[in-house]
Formats: sequence, structure tokens, C-alpha cells
Amino acid sequence: MTETDKLPSGRDRIQSLEMRGITKRFPGVLASDHVNFDVKSGEVHALLGENGAGKSTLMKILYGLYHPDEGEILINGKPVRISSPNDSINLGIGMIHQHFMLVQTMTVAENVALGLPSSRGVLTDLDRVSKRIIELANLYGLKIDPSAYIWQLSVGQQQRVEIIKALYRGAALLILDEPTAVLTPQEVDELFVIMNQMVRDGHGLVFISHKLHEVVEISQRISVLRDGRMIGTRLTSETTKQDLANWMVGREVGFTPDRGLVECGGPRLEIKNISCGSDRGTPGLRGVSLDVCSGEILGIAGVSGNGQRELAETITGLRKTTGGHVILEGADITGFDPAAITDRMLSYIPEERMRDGMIKDFTVAENMILREHEKMPYSRYGFLNLREISQHADALIKKFHVKTPSRETHAKNLSGGNIQKIVLAREIFRTPRVIIAAQPTRGLDIGATEYVRDQLLEQRKQGVAIMLISEDLDEILALSDRIAVIYEGQVMDIVPRAEATPAKLGLLMAGVHPEAA
Amino acid sequence: MISDLFTTTVLIGILASGIRLSTPYLFAAIGETFGQKSGVLNLGVEGQMLLGAFASFYVALTTGNLWLGLLTAMFVGALMGLAMAYVTVNLHAEQGISGIGFYLFGLGMSDLLFQKLMGTVETVKGFPEIYIPGLSDIPGIGKIFFSQNILVYLAYLLVPLAWFVLNKTTLGLKIRSVGENPDAADSLGVNVARIRYFTIILGGTLSGVAGASMSIALLNVFQQNMTSGLGFIAVALVYFGAWSPIGVLGGALLFSFINSLQLWMQVLSIPIPSDIAVMMPYVVTILVLVATVSKVRAPSALSKPFERGD
Repeated sequence: MTETDKLPSGRDRIQSLEMRGITKRFPGVLASDHVNFDVKSGEVHALLGENGAGKSTLMKILYGLYHPDEGEILINGKPVRISSPNDSINLGIGMIHQHFMLVQTMTVAENVALGLPSSRGVLTDLDRVSKRIIELANLYGLKIDPSAYIWQLSVGQQQRVEIIKALYRGAALLILDEPTAVLTPQEVDELFVIMNQMVRDGHGLVFISHKLHEVVEISQRISVLRDGRMIGTRLTSETTKQDLANWMVGREVGFTPDRGLVECGGPRLEIKNISCGSDRGTPGLRGVSLDVCSGEILGIAGVSGNGQRELAETITGLRKTTGGHVILEGADITGFDPAAITDRMLSYIPEERMRDGMIKDFTVAENMILREHEKMPYSRYGFLNLREISQHADALIKKFHVKTPSRETHAKNLSGGNIQKIVLAREIFRTPRVIIAAQPTRGLDIGATEYVRDQLLEQRKQGVAIMLISEDLDEILALSDRIAVIYEGQVMDIVPRAEATPAKLGLLMAGVHPEAA
Repeated sequence: MISDLFTTTVLIGILASGIRLSTPYLFAAIGETFGQKSGVLNLGVEGQMLLGAFASFYVALTTGNLWLGLLTAMFVGALMGLAMAYVTVNLHAEQGISGIGFYLFGLGMSDLLFQKLMGTVETVKGFPEIYIPGLSDIPGIGKIFFSQNILVYLAYLLVPLAWFVLNKTTLGLKIRSVGENPDAADSLGVNVARIRYFTIILGGTLSGVAGASMSIALLNVFQQNMTSGLGFIAVALVYFGAWSPIGVLGGALLFSFINSLQLWMQVLSIPIPSDIAVMMPYVVTILVLVATVSKVRAPSALSKPFERGD
């Protein structure tokens, strides 16, 4: 074994890892169908696919969270058995989960030490763990304070903790499950610098994403999964984004939706100097002023947790304001309850569609009348008109192409895309004047995303004023007429679409005015 | 007369019995703290205590061996914990409801065994007060702190021990992580089920001791439903104490001092209706819970069954 076979952390490299003929069945679904996949030391191998294509299943098998029904895994040519995360960690495999696996109320050092034997037996050895964390952080260029609590860290920093955690456990091969989904463009750049260094040092990386430009930028090879089957593996240098998109979806995909030109009418929704608290007791919004015109999409860009949720909730009446006014078509609706605001034809597509957008254990039909259930024709004198509700549901299922076995199916049994279609159908069908759409395509696959965006653009054409709150810059840029960037509860700037670039917005999202930078 | 309360003898009596009365609360609530820290809400504490109280009393009565009685209580409590763990961890049962089920089981079973095996209320000679040369003779202090039975001392030793285990050991780190984010713990190779089994069984064992501390140390009798809600108060004390053994100690002391006060008020025939006096500790608990409610945060995964993957 020569010096170059070691990683900076002192562990041996994994020269090659191979998954052969991996098959995994869940009740009624073939999540992974004889899939072959391999990663080598010193490369980023990107794994592409829509939601439900089987990317996560495959990686959870590799990490020992699921057990395959068939197939084998080989490391450096030798078959290995991985039956739990412990096994994969011992073999040098680390995973950065999409939802960080961190205990918020504990420190960085405690999170890293968790599950590891201590050098002091039953007592913790957090001082030694901290020292090693700092060593690793210096080796890999990751800045981190071992004594900080996780809840004090930004999302980008938390991700670094996840990487340190894996490196601390001697990971030679890292699986990064949609690591860029929650980052600003600048943070993505920083992550890519770290990833490139790790690859140079001899780590192997699996990069999962459905952002094609990122995949093309960072990877050496790309594999595409669809419906649990491996469609193919290509060298990145030999593919185009368009090819990849078509492979993923299995048909031609239109890339940028056609926004068309719409005349802006007068302002329908005005927010004047509004302030409110957040769930943590800190200020959520601090003097935000915005307006949205009829026929306009106002994009709200920002890193998660900078007041987006509070903004949507104050407008819809779900959160108390501590100052300022919300004006809907000239009428001051500040302090109105959500029902009264609904009655003024404001529709809301909430961020957490499973929690706030619908009731999981209600049927499709019931979910479709949640907002209007007290109105004719769905009910009269408090009695539900079941026939009307059924007809309404069937009509919407057809109109919005909801894939559901029937209108009586419980919402929780549908896919994310179809659930969002139900929310969308309910909120759009009532011909609203204003729509607040929060993260409307988060977690949806390309097909459903395309559909939701087309529907929003259609509403814009109808003259509806739309506020689009999204952490996905591509989405903001693709749909918005103007873009407001929100940072720590304040509007940094409002930029017309024509003047907006990812770099400019990225700086604003990080709280920096481009002129000042 | 109210003024009777403020004689030295009575005040010492109130404090001494306050310390003594806090024993079952401490055992039960510290046990519950471990469970809740790992994300399991056990509402069956009361039932575990009743069975522990009966088991220790019956064994002590028939064999004359108090320590054997205590061990039996621990064993019975552990067994109840094991059943609770199986139901909540393996079967993913709703914790609140299954806890109430275990409470009712303990209530009924302890009474049934009492009727079948004993039939009438009897007494045993419980753990005696320990005389510590020197310390026990200090005026006032000696009576309050150094003339108690062995279980009182064990209960007070348990508090720093529990704090140490939760905050300074790898086991404590695992317990806390499992209660806050079991997915994270699982992804790092921590066996979530095993940790929860451990804390629930430990909680059951300590509840058994709590029961024994009543039947063979504090009151030295066994009666039907003798705990009368004490196990539920212990659960409340965990919230009250903000999931910290030190906080639980504070709550247990406050509660038992007020309890002791109202007992002495009845003994001294102070003209307050006894129903009102008996209510006092509970009212104070509710008031303090209301006052402290917003400052504490429960373990994030409390009462949520853990299941791997989506």
C-alpha cells in the first residue's frame, strides 16, 4: 500500500464500489429493478432521476437502511454485506441526507460523537472529539466551531457538520442526497469547491440532484434512473442537459415555460411596512413593503427561514402582525381572520402541502372542497351536498389530470405531484383575485413541476396577482416578472426580471448589496 | 390555630416529612425522565407503582425480608416496563393510550392480588430510620435530613446520578439523541429500539421502587389504589422539571412540602376544610405548570413511535 492510497483523514481509499443487479420490492412497487451502479475513487458520479425513480432507495440500500431483495455490493472487487448503517460506516461509506440528520439541541461535537465509542469508556470525550473535528476541518477547508449548537448554524454550516460527521467516521465514499436543494448559489459554489477537493484527495462521491446544470458542472459521470430501472450511464463530457432531461422523464421536455407578455394592471395586493414575530420569538418580518399587480408574478427569493413563511402567513391571516397593513384590492384586511380573507378571493398554496395544504386522511373529494365547503352548492344550511361534491371532484380530477384511483381515495395515498394538483385545483378553480404560492414545486418531479408552473402562468394570463415564494432560484427566474429578495425579515431589493442574474440574487440572498460587494 | 404552624417543632416536622414524602415522586419521576428523554411518554407509572407497592409489601409480609420485597418490586416494575416497551417500540402503539391501559392493568391487578392473597389490610415493619452518629443529633437539621430511611437517601443519590448519566456519558448522549431526532441517531448506528427498551424498563424498575417506598418505607401498609394519582403527578413533575433531574427534584420538593404542610394542618385541626387542604398540592402544581409552560421545550420526538424510512 503506497502513501497515495491513503486519504487525508488517514483512511484507505475505496478504489471502486459496485452495486450489481440490485432489486428491491415494496408492496405493489418495484422500487429498484436489477440496477447496476458503480463509483470510483476520485470521481463524482451523479445520480439523476425524478421523484420515485428509485434514487433514494438505491442509496438507502448502499447505506444499509434498506435490504435489497436481490443483488450484491462489491468494494474493491470483493463482495460485502451491508445490513445496517453501522456496517456501511465501518466499510467507509458516508451519507449526507437531504434532511440533515442532526440533533438541533446538541452541539456540533455531540452530534459528531453520537454513536461512536468514547476513548473514556462510558464517559463522553467531547474535548478530544472537538480537537479531531478542528483537525479534519483544517484538512478539508471546512470552517466549523465544535462547541456551537446546531440550531445556531446556517443551513450551509449544518451541511458542513454532516460532511465532518462522515469524514470523522472515516468515510472514503460519500453519498450526497440533494445537497444543493437548500443552499444559496454562493453556498453551492462553496460546496462544489469542497467536493472538488475531496475528489482530488481520492474520495469517491455520489451526487444526487435533479438540477441538471449542477450535475453537468460537478460530475464526471452521470447515471439516470427512471421507474426503478437504470436508463444508462454516460460521461458528463458526452451529454447535454436536454438529453438528460428527456431520459429522466422519458419524453421531450420543454425547458423554459413560455411566459408571454401580459399587461400589468393596478396593484391588487399591497403590503405596507409589515412586521411580525416568528415561532422562535425573534422578529420574523421587519417592515416589509411589497405590492403585486394584476397579471404579475412577484417572485420572493431567499434562503429558507428568512421570513418567507411569516410573509405568507401574515397575508393569509394565519399569523398576527405587530405593525403595518395588508391591503387587498384597496381594502385594509390587516387582522382579518383567514376565513374573511379567503372570502375576498385570496387563494393560498401553502409551503407544507401535507401539513397545511390538505388533510391526509380525508378523501380527494373532501380535500377539494376544504376551502369552500360552507358555500353553495357544496353545502346548504350546514348539510353537505354529497352529490354536488362528488361531481365537483370528478370534474376537477379530470380538468387537472389528478392521477387517483377514485375521488374516495385518501389523499395520503397519492404522490406529491398529485397532492399538489389537488391543492392547485382547489385554489384555482374558485377564480381567485390573488394567489400566494409558497414553494409550489418543492419536491415535485419534472413533469409535475412543469404542470404547476404552467398553471400559475395561465392564472397570470387571466390577470390574477401572484406572489411566488420559492427557494428555487431557477423557478423564480423562470416565472417572475419582478423579484423581491428577502433576508432576515427584510426586503433587500426588488429587481425586474430583465436585470436579475443568479449571481446578483445570490448576493442579495446572503444579505449583501451587490454595489457594496 | 394557624399560629400553631409556626412553632419550631412543627416546622421541623413539616420539613422532615416533606423530604420523606418526596421519595416516591423522585423515583418515579426520574424514571419517567429517562423515558421521556428518549422520546417515550409512559402514562402507566401509576400502575407500575401499585404493582410494585403490592409486590414488595406481600413479599416483605410473607418472608419478613424488606430487601427481597424491594427486589421483587423492581422486578415487577421492570416486567411492566418490558411489556410497555414491546407495545410502544415494536408495535408502534399510541403511547398515551397504552400507558393508560397499563395504569388500569396495574390498578386492577394489584387490587385483585390483594383480595386473593391477603383480603384484609395488614401492616409490616418497614425500612427504619437510620441513625447516623453525630449528624442525626444536630438540632433541627439532624431531624430533617439525617433521620430518614434508606430509600430516602437512595432517592436523593439518584438525582445527581441521573443527571450525570444523561449529560456526561455516551449512553446519555444516545438517550437524548433518540428523543430529539431518532432518524439522526439511527443513521449513526444508534439502536433506537434498544435505547428505548432500556429507558422504559429502567423507568418501570424505578416506578416499582417508588411503589415499594410507599408500602414498605413510608406508610407500611398496602391498600387498594394507595398511590391515588401520585404516579400521574410524577409524570407532571417531569414537565415541571423541564426534563432535568435537578428540575424534577425541585418540583418533587415543592410538591411534597405543600403536601406535608396540608397534612400537618389537618393534624393540628386548623379550621380549613380537609378537601381544600388535600387539593392544595394539585392546585399549586397546575399553577406552576401554567407559569413555566412556555419556557421549556419537550424532546422533539416525545411520544412519536420510530419507524425507519419512508
